[in-house]
Amino acid sequence: MGKLRRTMMYVPGNNPAMLTDAGIYGADSLMFDLEDSVALNQKDSARLLVYQMIKNNNYAQEVVVRINSLESDLGATDIEAMVRAGVDVIRLPKTETAEDVKKVENIIESVEKKIGIEIGHTKIMAAIEGPLGVINAYDIATASKRLIGIAIGAEDFVTSMKTKRSKSGVELLAARSQLVLAARAANIAALDTVFSNIDDSDGFKEEVKLIKSLGFDGKSVINPRQINLVHEIYKPTDAEIEDAKQIVYTIKEAEAKGSGVISLNGQMIDKPIVERAKRVLELSGLSEEVM
Amino acid sequence: MKNNIIDFNGEFDVIPTGKKYAPRIKSVGPKEEKYTNSLKKSIIKSGLCDGMTISFHHHFRNGDYILNDVLNIIASLGIKNLTLAPSSLAAVHEPLIRHIENGVVTEILTSGLRGVLASKISSGLLKKPVIIRSHGGRARAIEAGDIKIDVAFLGTPSADAYGNANSVKGNSTCGSLGYARVDAEYAEHVIIITDCLIDYPNYPASISQKNVDQVVKVNAIGDPDKISTGATRFTKNPKELLMAKNVALIIQKTKYFKDGFSFQTGSGGASLAVTRFLREAMIEKSIKASFVLGGITKPMVEMYEEGLIKTLFDVQSFDKIAAESIQKNEEHFEIDASLYANPHNKGNIVNKLDVVILSALEIDTNFNVNVITGSNGEIMGASGGHSDTAACAKLTVVVAPLFRGRIPTVVKNVHNVITPGSSIDILVTERGIAINPLREDLIELFKDSSFNITSIQTLEKIARDYCGERKPVKFTDQTVGIIEYRDGTVIDLIKAVEKNV
Repeated sequence: MGKLRRTMMYVPGNNPAMLTDAGIYGADSLMFDLEDSVALNQKDSARLLVYQMIKNNNYAQEVVVRINSLESDLGATDIEAMVRAGVDVIRLPKTETAEDVKKVENIIESVEKKIGIEIGHTKIMAAIEGPLGVINAYDIATASKRLIGIAIGAEDFVTSMKTKRSKSGVELLAARSQLVLAARAANIAALDTVFSNIDDSDGFKEEVKLIKSLGFDGKSVINPRQINLVHEIYKPTDAEIEDAKQIVYTIKEAEAKGSGVISLNGQMIDKPIVERAKRVLELSGLSEEVM
Repeated sequence: MKNNIIDFNGEFDVIPTGKKYAPRIKSVGPKEEKYTNSLKKSIIKSGLCDGMTISFHHHFRNGDYILNDVLNIIASLGIKNLTLAPSSLAAVHEPLIRHIENGVVTEILTSGLRGVLASKISSGLLKKPVIIRSHGGRARAIEAGDIKIDVAFLGTPSADAYGNANSVKGNSTCGSLGYARVDAEYAEHVIIITDCLIDYPNYPASISQKNVDQVVKVNAIGDPDKISTGATRFTKNPKELLMAKNVALIIQKTKYFKDGFSFQTGSGGASLAVTRFLREAMIEKSIKASFVLGGITKPMVEMYEEGLIKTLFDVQSFDKIAAESIQKNEEHFEIDASLYANPHNKGNIVNKLDVVILSALEIDTNFNVNVITGSNGEIMGASGGHSDTAACAKLTVVVAPLFRGRIPTVVKNVHNVITPGSSIDILVTERGIAINPLREDLIELFKDSSFNITSIQTLEKIARDYCGERKPVKFTDQTVGIIEYRDGTVIDLIKAVEKNV
């Protein structure tokens, strides 16, 4: 069904206290940043710090590192250090083409070979932050078997589009929709952009509801306060949970009996419905074994 | 007077004997004047001489001018070998170092010490060990005559010329004078020092004219901004909020969270935040607290005004709103330190406490808590009301981060014990919650809950994994501090830290 990625908490890679505490707030994934939140003269120490943190701490969550662009010298060194540290996912910023992903993959693979870990262990995530990237979203999404998700980075995108962010989010509609379409067609995760105003919880909740409706798996968050807000909105209702339980139970029964077509309450239960039901249970923290 | 032998034998082991100490009977006739505008004259008139014991309160916090001003005059008069018995000391009292070096002060009895003064005492500045007492313990000692105060110098925000002191009127309202009130009753000679003289009678009086020998007017009792701090603010620190939320949820799950319950919290970030989360739960479940005790803050006053708390028992007002509330709100009472927490009277209020939320500098795998010395073995905190409240509350929760920077909070052995482990029920950190094995009922209650309950040994290991092995502190044989438990027994000794010259 896929890992839960309702929240990906963003932590600047040059802040030891935040890196140490990142895991305590309940986010599904953690993203340690070596790119835009780290000043140029701190890039090397941030890389070292994040390397040490990942290597020595046992984070319970998936750890993603946003590397610097491969256009600078920094990106390749970032990848080498993070693969050596044992990172789960390398996140590439400002991805425009499938080729960008392949370049990252090649570097990852060579490091994996060099240090003798399983080839394919390190996954990739692509952040799409410009119009070309949006147009190429499906190519990017299918560029590598390691690619587990694509994300939209709104600030850069909106600037390239010569517009600005608004409450309704209409300026991001095309990009968001394109991203989710590509992600679903490629069967990978779709993640939404950060919401910077941590004091505006009403505005934040509105945006989370919107992206949930669009089909996003989750959202990047920049403050622990935002985490529970997202998880609340992504939580299925009791009625939805009950329905899901019924569906999964019915399927299990049918499978045990060897029946073919299954119906419940006059509705045919086919694969999409079952998948959705399992998803609901997953989001509510129940596994199928509960049945 | 005090021996260096540890004889603590349990929180409620000591049954007191003997009679209460009392100062000499004095009379002041109708024609006699108490007032002077010279602090120096008042000190001379008090008859203060070598070897005596003087006391102060710490209600002025870091805004206090009184202690330093008085000690300067005493030093200039050539008086020596005094025992200093303030209810506590703050960083602003650093000039004491000079008076100790010059032999003016040769013994200190206090709840706490901070800053450079504390550090120097940890290195052996004083020949006689400091005696550290809790708030309740100090009151006990004064009433029993273990501390015989010769002259009490009590700063008050306002007073009339006959000695009635009020804590809310004046330029620097400090609120409750709870610690000072005990001194006023038991000291041989009481000098009220104020910068705001009110026409007689200055009522209501926290300190009564019948206990006062002299009244002195000075230019300033302290820095008004530091005495009367602005409202205590809620923390936005996500870690403190996370811990606070868990503490509040834990309390709610216990049988103690019901209509008519009572609680006390510290004024630190996480503790205050607990109050905020508890408030939400109290509103939701229509639970009203019978009383809140101890250091009173603006949030507590607001809850009182909302009808969520019936009574506020105030031994120390932490901010201006709390201070003003004493006069404004009918059920907001100023209480003295003895009524608050003296174990040797017919019923201190901590006896009635349901829940207390405390912090810790260190806590060990036996749940012993240290709030007096830091990771380097140096004195840097205060006993305060920690051991008093923890001993008596039905539920004692310690909330602290598992480590601060690279310094672990949960350790194998604390450097010094202020509160014995038997008084502590639950430790809440951001990485796990530990329940004292003595509380089988709580272990059972939280057994299948969704809280991250783990053993304190596990927490100690996690802290050690992050921080590394502690480098042992090198102590010498010299005892620089005696930690007296609230009942008068010695629970621990503080040794001098070896200093590299």
